[in-house]
Amino acid sequence: MKPAALVIALLLLVAVPFWVGNSFYVNIAAQILIYAVLALGLNVLVGYAGLVTLGHAALFGVAAYAGATLINAGHGPVVVAIGALGATLIATAIFAVLALRGTGLGFVMITVALGQIAWGIAYRWISLTNGDNGISINTRPAPFGLSLASANAFYWATLVVFLITVGAMAIFVASPFGAALCGMRDQPRRMTALGYNVWLTRFLAFLFSGFWSGVAGLLYLYYNQFISPQTVALSASAEALLMVIAGGTATLLGPIVGAGLVIIMKDVASAYIERWNFVLGAIFVLIVVFMPEGLVPGVARVWRRRR
Amino acid sequence: MNLWLILAVNSVTLGGLLFLLSAGFSLIFGLMRIPNLTHGSMFMLGAYLGVTCIALGLGFWTSALLAGLGVALFGAVIERFVLRRLVGAELAQVLVTLGLSFMVADVCLMQWGGDPIAVDTPPLLRGAAKIFGLAFPMYRLGIIVIACVIAIALWLLLERTRLGAMIRAAVDDPQMARVVGIRVSHLFTIVFALGAGLAGFAGVIGGPILSVYPGLDQDMLPLALVVVILGGTGRLLGSLVGSFVVGFLYNFGQAMFPELAYVVLFLPMLIVLVVRPQGLFGRVPL
Repeated sequence: MKPAALVIALLLLVAVPFWVGNSFYVNIAAQILIYAVLALGLNVLVGYAGLVTLGHAALFGVAAYAGATLINAGHGPVVVAIGALGATLIATAIFAVLALRGTGLGFVMITVALGQIAWGIAYRWISLTNGDNGISINTRPAPFGLSLASANAFYWATLVVFLITVGAMAIFVASPFGAALCGMRDQPRRMTALGYNVWLTRFLAFLFSGFWSGVAGLLYLYYNQFISPQTVALSASAEALLMVIAGGTATLLGPIVGAGLVIIMKDVASAYIERWNFVLGAIFVLIVVFMPEGLVPGVARVWRRRR
Repeated sequence: MNLWLILAVNSVTLGGLLFLLSAGFSLIFGLMRIPNLTHGSMFMLGAYLGVTCIALGLGFWTSALLAGLGVALFGAVIERFVLRRLVGAELAQVLVTLGLSFMVADVCLMQWGGDPIAVDTPPLLRGAAKIFGLAFPMYRLGIIVIACVIAIALWLLLERTRLGAMIRAAVDDPQMARVVGIRVSHLFTIVFALGAGLAGFAGVIGGPILSVYPGLDQDMLPLALVVVILGGTGRLLGSLVGSFVVGFLYNFGQAMFPELAYVVLFLPMLIVLVVRPQGLFGRVPL
């Protein structure tokens, strides 16, 4: 049953450009995959480590800004990827060292402050980030000579990265490291007593999470070919968190479903009303008050009960 | 020389405003253990309400008080009807305050439009005062006086009244406070409303200096966060010192390194977090 479902899901995903047709929708599908990578990365912290962060858009943004700067300096895609992800890892390490000084809500508060500082740098440090005007790039990479200029080609490239991410997450969840992280979420003192280094494990989880956020940031840069401070604003972090929470934390499928839900709603909502931020806030409040466990676990529970 | 002095006065003024904003934030954090992410929105909502009151022909100070009361009422409603439903789930409470802050920001944008609104300085405090042959803007001195008066009033409230004693007891040990018969959940509503009202009031009296614009909430919230991380939570003295430190860093940072103002603001926070995670005056680490 399960492998068959996986194969069908995979075929459906690969065939998206054929059954949705219009390149507008293919682009939305690519966006969903990009944000799903971000949400999966964020889920490592929020779901498995139990560390809720509201500064993740900053890490996404560091990769995108570093990538854009390197591209405009004339570097090739390999240098860009290494540079952008390296910069993200450094930023993540700084975030982690500072944020892990706090626990629980102190952690949340520090990540909000750090995220806002990243936003301030993107907005004010004009010689580095070009301020409010943002940075444009005019190329997409062409791995193995395949052009990614068209919507379909870019979608498939994104799909490959997305599948690698899902694979990495599946391995991570099943690994002893993932199990230790979950143990520290539930019983940090017992894990310390058992001889685990709680701080180091959380630090590594933060780096792992930041790495995938950086991957998503780089994809976003190539997709959008433009980056501005809006991308690192608090509302962007909140959107990413909403994806994870709405879909269901500490599940593999949850963040993916959440990313799809938020992106589709955002596009639908912005087609009909200008008030996306209001809708975002309202969904946030409703989900937290009425469905705190998220959609995927909620639906799974209802499903089990009916059978 | 004169420039530095003016910068110093501006810093103290901003510090005073930040104290009004962060005293409530710090008390709410100390008592309810949640960073209230609507706090910047309360500041902005107060400022907009004040603008409307002034446009209706009410005086500046009346408007400021009315806006403060209005925002306090709004805060009480949020605490009583939304946060109360989520008691014990602090993370959910934080996320709800975040969602509400987006809703408030968007409603303000809808109601008052996207253009910055300038607020006139109240007539009584226009012009400059000459002190030691140097001219200081009266209004900024006025803000410093107001901040001092409110700081003393808050201190008296917390240290010299029965209500203050109950709040301090609940900050230190909520369970024991409940055991000895203090209705801690009532205190939650009172403190949340008080904090919101102070932020709203600060929004109006900050109006002539900062003006009122969409995004004001997002500008003020990180400042309040930095103040509280620097000063420590649940202590008035921490907010006071933190506010003035941030006021100075922000103004001097902007004057000397305009592009890096945020980094200048952030460095001391970084050092405090690494060296003393409970903040300069806090007792409990974050």
